[in-house]
Amino acid sequence: MAAPSLFPLIAAGALAPLMQSVIIRTKSVVAGRAGQPLMQPYWDIWKLLHKGAVYSHTTSWIFQMGPVVGLASVVFALTLLPFGGFPSLSAFSGDLVVFAYLIALGRFFTVLAALDTGSSFEGMGASREVTFSAFTEPALFLALAALARQTGQLSLSLLLAAVSPGAWSHAAPMLSLTLGALMIVFLAENARMPVDDPTTHLELTMIHEVMVLDHSGPDFAMIQYGAALKMWLFATIIIAVAAPWRSGNRWVDTAVGLMGMLILGIATGLVESTMARLRLLRVPQLLLVAIVLSALALAF
Amino acid sequence: MTALLISLLIFGAGAAASLAFAKRERWLRIFGAGGIILGSVLGLVPAIGVALGAPPQSLRVAWDVPYGSLYLRLDALSAFFLLPTFLISALAALYGTEYLEAYCGRKALAPPWFFLNVLTASMAVVVLANNAVLFLMAWETMALSSFFLVTFESEEESTRQAGWMYLVASHIGTAFLFVLFVLLGKSNGSLDFDRFSPASNAGVLFVLALVGFGAKAGFVPLHVWLPEAHPAAPSHVSAVMSAVMIKTGIYGLLRILIFLGPVHAWWGWTLCIVGLSSGILGVLLALAQHDLKRLLAYHSVENIGIIALGLGVGIVGLSVDEPFVAVAGFAGALLHVLNHAIFKGLLFLDAGNIVHATHTREIDHLGGLLRCMPGTGVTFLIGAAAISGLPPLNGFVSEFLIYLASLKGSVSLGASSSVPMLATISGLALIGALAVACFTKAFGIVFLGHPRCEGAGHPEDVNLAMLVPGFLLAAGCVLIGLLGSSVVRSMGPLISTATGLPSILISRDLIEMGNSVARVGQFGALLTGVVALLSLARSKTFGRRQISTAPTWDCGYASPSPRMQYTASSFAQPLTESFGMLLQTREVLTGLEPLFPQRAEFHSHTDDPYRRYFFQPLFQSVSRAMASLRPLQQGRVQLYVLYIVVTLLVLLLWQLA
Repeated sequence: MAAPSLFPLIAAGALAPLMQSVIIRTKSVVAGRAGQPLMQPYWDIWKLLHKGAVYSHTTSWIFQMGPVVGLASVVFALTLLPFGGFPSLSAFSGDLVVFAYLIALGRFFTVLAALDTGSSFEGMGASREVTFSAFTEPALFLALAALARQTGQLSLSLLLAAVSPGAWSHAAPMLSLTLGALMIVFLAENARMPVDDPTTHLELTMIHEVMVLDHSGPDFAMIQYGAALKMWLFATIIIAVAAPWRSGNRWVDTAVGLMGMLILGIATGLVESTMARLRLLRVPQLLLVAIVLSALALAF
Repeated sequence: MTALLISLLIFGAGAAASLAFAKRERWLRIFGAGGIILGSVLGLVPAIGVALGAPPQSLRVAWDVPYGSLYLRLDALSAFFLLPTFLISALAALYGTEYLEAYCGRKALAPPWFFLNVLTASMAVVVLANNAVLFLMAWETMALSSFFLVTFESEEESTRQAGWMYLVASHIGTAFLFVLFVLLGKSNGSLDFDRFSPASNAGVLFVLALVGFGAKAGFVPLHVWLPEAHPAAPSHVSAVMSAVMIKTGIYGLLRILIFLGPVHAWWGWTLCIVGLSSGILGVLLALAQHDLKRLLAYHSVENIGIIALGLGVGIVGLSVDEPFVAVAGFAGALLHVLNHAIFKGLLFLDAGNIVHATHTREIDHLGGLLRCMPGTGVTFLIGAAAISGLPPLNGFVSEFLIYLASLKGSVSLGASSSVPMLATISGLALIGALAVACFTKAFGIVFLGHPRCEGAGHPEDVNLAMLVPGFLLAAGCVLIGLLGSSVVRSMGPLISTATGLPSILISRDLIEMGNSVARVGQFGALLTGVVALLSLARSKTFGRRQISTAPTWDCGYASPSPRMQYTASSFAQPLTESFGMLLQTREVLTGLEPLFPQRAEFHSHTDDPYRRYFFQPLFQSVSRAMASLRPLQQGRVQLYVLYIVVTLLVLLLWQLA
């Protein structure tokens, strides 16, 4: 196996907010607006990092741990993923389980931080977050197990490297079903339409945004940055499965990967512009579709 | 063996001293708890040695009981189960010295100390016994002593109910074990364990063992006694029962598997199905509870399910000759036995702290306890994260091994054998996500926010004797989480005893697994370091900034009150509704009828579906059918003497004819 590389981590750290920007720009263009500058998410994080903070009387140290653990767990999950032609920083047999549970760890503390405020709004968001994760986690695991069964690998980087145009030519149905499941998981885990609305702040229907309602200043910057990285995390897997061309030249492969990210960002923007958010009771049905898709992928 | 014998004698002496000093509170505490602690520490020494690979020891003393022999044997499997038994019993005894103080003067404290000593000794004998008669006697002593501990607060109607239910369930299980051992003894001509050899009717024996031991372990649907009995007992007893006693069921099942010879794939399938139903139903029912100790009791059902999943995967691996799958499955299941003992012991002791300080187990009345009970809060948080299987704690390590076994199995096995593997993967993922939901609920509602009820305002944290056991167990969660690889690598003798695979094969697979687990440990240590660094950086940047506090932002609402916070029931409601088909939650809403509703009330309650729809109708029909026999029971001694005489006469005539 190739020597571990820091590049995937650096690429994610530098470009993740840009991907969110691409989604926002796509939505603006579809709506006929000019949209915010592409660098705006970076300025937002920079500005938040230099602010003070307001804490609720009710909160304890758990509230301050939430963003820290959330960010750290996503960063560690990132070290397990390769990008473009560059291998991941860390890879071992069964690391896909670690990947999924690191995300669960982040969720555990984000939810606790939300409950720490004692606000019923944040309680509501927290409750929905754990409800939907009960559906997305089996879907994610089944999709990864399908890929593992197809490629015979138990490590995320080897598994993603083993998906090739050749694999697509003889296992296209299985791979496309897996891709469908992963796409739904991607939208749900990153709080996008049609599961959650990332743009509203004070509506009874949102999930992720309402959980972080009371965070401010650097804490909120960590949450924003963590959310961008988490999106990059799931996008990397989808791109590695959907665009498995390998030229042998690392930089060409990286360019392919970045192109994929751009296309996925635009696609997500288009989904958000053309779809309404589902009614809350319908969301589990959508997530069940993801479970069924990945279970079917296993049957192939 | 000598050390173990002495430790058993110390338990006996502790029990006797508890009765002798019944009237002197101070001596009672010293002797009652001291016996358990001293005996456990002494017993741990040989147990650790044999678990790590020292040769098995045995002791045989002549005994007058027919077919019985006082035959004790300490092999790696017994030794491994002795570890949590002694560890948790000793810590629970230390905890009990303070916990029982609250009952001082109101209740006699000699019985709980007497029975706790007896319980510890009998659990040790259960895993040491090498003869079926001795095993069943210890098994029965264990059931009876724990029955008396459960019914400690027998003035409460609900406690008596729980006790009876436990007694009945326990004896139904024992009945199956009697049949099992009689069949084994009949075909082998002896009731000594080492004389048992593979039998032709292995399938029947497996089912008998599954039901008999499953009733003790709490496999669904035989779990119904568990959420009643565990909450009713004093908290340190709940910890011992939930963390250790139910594991004797797993021990029994493993021990019987050794006798039965080559395993069949359907045993593995059965255990996977049992594990899935126990795991998923256990965690769902836990989610629907608002009594803290009941919630924890249902989580024991869930974790027993995870253990069964590991065993099931391991047995399927054994049956198709895939050693890695077998070793990883068994290693995961066995490590989960130890891990569950640690974090469940911890959580029950913390629940005891909460009950001690606030006098309520109702989650919906509590809130904000982290401020006034910081020690309990931190340890509960660690226990909650560990039981949810989150890295870098111990629960993750054992679940990781089970995942690894089933992933490996699903990759390398054929289509039909990979079905239980894939079911295990998706089941574990669902259980994991639901456990996160359940423990964010338990910790979030109990320890965060504001108190939800008057009176639960400012309790004080408990004193040191009640906190220290929790701290030690929490440290155990962290240590096994970070150093899991050394634990996994040292499980060779244990796995080889349990599976019968050659030890060279096992150690090769264990080293491979240990490498993955070592990486998990490194990840955990680094993650902890990064979190610490980030927190430090955070507080550094805040040093110069303007920090202010304000009320929680409630979207402009002017007068929020603590009663308006999210409660445990509302937090879990979307999930209980999604899985409503399985849970059958009953909701009662009154008072919203007229145009101008006055005072409204809402209750929701989730009964155990198996109890409500299966066991209650079953036992009612049994009792109806038995009603016709009631005239025989007149309560007059003369009549009973007559029955005896008639029976003797019939026997005599039968013998003559």
